[in-house]
Amino acid sequence: MEPPPEVVHWMFGVGFLFLGLCLLAEAIIGRDVWRRRAWRAYLWPSIAFLMGVLMWPVMVFYTSSAIHMLAHSAWAQALMLAGGAQLGLVRGKLRSPVWELTLPLALLVSGFAFLIHEQNPWFFSRAAFLHHALGWTMLVGALITLGRAAQPRSPVFNAGFAMIMIATAALLFCDRNVAPIFGHLSPLAGGR
Amino acid sequence: MDAELVRQGAPARARHSWRNTAVSALGPLTALAGLVWALVQPYRITLLDPDKHSFWYLAVQPPLLVMLVGALFHFWVVPGLLSDLEEAEERGT
Repeated sequence: MEPPPEVVHWMFGVGFLFLGLCLLAEAIIGRDVWRRRAWRAYLWPSIAFLMGVLMWPVMVFYTSSAIHMLAHSAWAQALMLAGGAQLGLVRGKLRSPVWELTLPLALLVSGFAFLIHEQNPWFFSRAAFLHHALGWTMLVGALITLGRAAQPRSPVFNAGFAMIMIATAALLFCDRNVAPIFGHLSPLAGGR
Repeated sequence: MDAELVRQGAPARARHSWRNTAVSALGPLTALAGLVWALVQPYRITLLDPDKHSFWYLAVQPPLLVMLVGALFHFWVVPGLLSDLEEAEERGT
């Protein structure tokens, strides 16, 4: 009764899309207005933390190799660290702006986890393509969030971060168990 | 005096209204993206052919999920956001 892997990716896509919309709205209206209601301030860090927690069962039930398992555990820890640190900052328990660096760190770790654990080239299969694309998206996201940590009120960096989350959602929604990418599918991946 | 105030206030409101429009458009645009996706790839809407699919593929249909996220954001997050934004803009003008 376990959902197929592609379905799990789509469900995580829902989380990233909602996260992206919240961040985009915050970038448009500004942090002060967004945080006027407490529940809204906690919303996206809570979703990030929850997705980190939910990544653990994915790691346990869906990974077929050690490197795949390590990559999923790295994403779980990265999401929980970034979400938890943001929750602490919003609550006021954490005061140092250095905690903002957990976000670029999480994206950096996630990006490298994607790129290192994908052993096949871009056009091996759709999954391989998406791993490469997601890895580079995360690394660009790490640069954007580094800028966001330096200039927290910059609409460019805030909107950029939101777009990284929306792009991540789009890439996750594109995932299939076995599918070609732009007409390419290696016989080793199930192609003919 | 009143006319002068109106003249001063009008550009300020116009300057801020784009935020209101942009935030209001996020949910509908997301739902529209899901609708376009469903029209381009109708086989993704597994409910149209329920006998051929297992539970998970019937429960999780990406185009419908995208529409659902757009609707959830629009009806749950946006109303309070707009009222707070209008309040902030009124204080600012």
